[in-house]
Amino acid sequence: MTRKRPELMDLTEHLFELDVYRSREGYDAARKALGMCPDAVLAEVRDADLKGRGGAGFPAGVKWGFISRDGGKPVYLCVNADEGEPGTFKDRWLMTHDPHLLLEGIIITAYAVGAHDGFIYVRGEYEAAALRLERAIDEARAAGFLGERIFGTEFGLEVMVHQGAGAYICGEETALLESLEGKRGDPRLKPPFPASVGLFRCPTVINNVETVSNVPRILRDGAEAFRELGRPGDGGTRLFSVSGAVVKPGLYEVPVGAPMKDLIFQHAGGLPPGRTLKAVIPGGLSAPVLRADEIDLPLDGDSLFRAGSMIGSGAVIVIDDGTSMLDVLGIMTRFYAHESCGQCTPCRIGTSWMHKTVVRMASGNGNIEDIDEIARVASAIKGRTLCPLGDAAALPILALVTKFRTEFESRIEECRARNRSW
Amino acid sequence: MSHGFSPGVLDEVRAVAARYPRSEAALLPVLRVLQGVSGVLGRAEEELAAELLGLEPIRVREAVTFYSLFRQKPAGRHIIQLCVNLSCSMAGAERSLSGLQTKLGIGPEETTPDGRFTLLTVECLGNCDQAPCLMVDGHDHGRVHEEQLDEILGRYP
Repeated sequence: MTRKRPELMDLTEHLFELDVYRSREGYDAARKALGMCPDAVLAEVRDADLKGRGGAGFPAGVKWGFISRDGGKPVYLCVNADEGEPGTFKDRWLMTHDPHLLLEGIIITAYAVGAHDGFIYVRGEYEAAALRLERAIDEARAAGFLGERIFGTEFGLEVMVHQGAGAYICGEETALLESLEGKRGDPRLKPPFPASVGLFRCPTVINNVETVSNVPRILRDGAEAFRELGRPGDGGTRLFSVSGAVVKPGLYEVPVGAPMKDLIFQHAGGLPPGRTLKAVIPGGLSAPVLRADEIDLPLDGDSLFRAGSMIGSGAVIVIDDGTSMLDVLGIMTRFYAHESCGQCTPCRIGTSWMHKTVVRMASGNGNIEDIDEIARVASAIKGRTLCPLGDAAALPILALVTKFRTEFESRIEECRARNRSW
Repeated sequence: MSHGFSPGVLDEVRAVAARYPRSEAALLPVLRVLQGVSGVLGRAEEELAAELLGLEPIRVREAVTFYSLFRQKPAGRHIIQLCVNLSCSMAGAERSLSGLQTKLGIGPEETTPDGRFTLLTVECLGNCDQAPCLMVDGHDHGRVHEEQLDEILGRYP
């Protein structure tokens, strides 16, 4: 008899070991799924309203449905574990503490879409997570959960860990595919989408670690139970990486649609004594900033979109009144200037242009018009690039200079005054 | 082949390549192996990777220059990567950086004269609840304030 657990995070010690994982009903969901027909598995996940947890928020079951299983080409499954969005550390936790959960999700996903090869693209810096996954794969293969004839069925699957080598852009799905093919991580023009032309030009499903890790419990508890945890069209719970000016930075799981204020003030313990809230970046560095008076919001994709931001990768960065927004802007512009792959001119030139302007402002040689210039350059990047990195740079920068314009004006004056010489 | 790599290294590279459905896909892991052996990806490593994977040498150079973890210059025995992105910066990464610079006598992108440490500033390492954080070689260190630096550096002779 399986029981319904409302949480994804399981804090059981040594859960990364197969025996411990199995004692928690591990691999039961995969066994169940492989006894069903692939279409039924796909329907269950589609009906669960599982939205992608990597950033774009596309419904996983719908994405799987785009795959043609009998087009004469092999189907590949790629798990996006290139967690690079600043502020995000949830996938690191999942892979390190619960690697078998991810593997079980991979087995079910691969079975549903007809893939027999799975790749986990782990960012190069996550050495410990990659090692845990490799060990888990060896254990699972030895137990007959990977390899030929899984659970005695006709279905076979090989999974391997592929480590990146330091490039934020490889978290973008088509850049990830290029990188997995041994090339520079230059994003591809879409369409065609990876579901039709993906890895080695074959149909490919790419899902984030947290997305795939949610699949076993959907099969175990059913689509309805998962859907009811969240909001209409956006089921389940989500992991939020909370960092910045809070008493207890860490990873917290709340139902989709839970109040953002609860996450910050209850789970993460609020701001340290003597400090007040200035702003929140709700979905990783690429999510447009919210002022302190704008955070009375439920944590779901639609609500944050309506508020002009995004839930992104669920990385909540809390900013207090002691932090200069000029510093925040400088860190942002430096990051995107460094990480732009350089293919699209607006992004390549624009991100560096904005960064040079901020550096000039901070050096005391800026003026008020520089704020308008940054906004103008950001607007010129927006919507004019192959991949989402352009918008990921433009939108948060635009929000920052617009919402905190008064502060930027006085910071520019302060920097000028400091620079004055007689 | 006149590249001077040991048969053991060649075997390891071939074993890595054999795991992939197509050999070109093994380029990043192969470069990681070669960098682990040589400490750097120079001309010899690039040529070997190209030859064993059947790639044009320019394809290898493109990858080497694109990814930030690949090094074209020799580094110290230990590589310190200090995160300077937002959460770490708010938690005092700048003070940790100046502490490291004082203790090591070098700036970012530099190597100590004894070849022990190379200091790098990097973007988010995905360890933001442990801010300010850094990595030495493959190891994570969190909540790294100036007072902890001596103890951490001492672990890497």
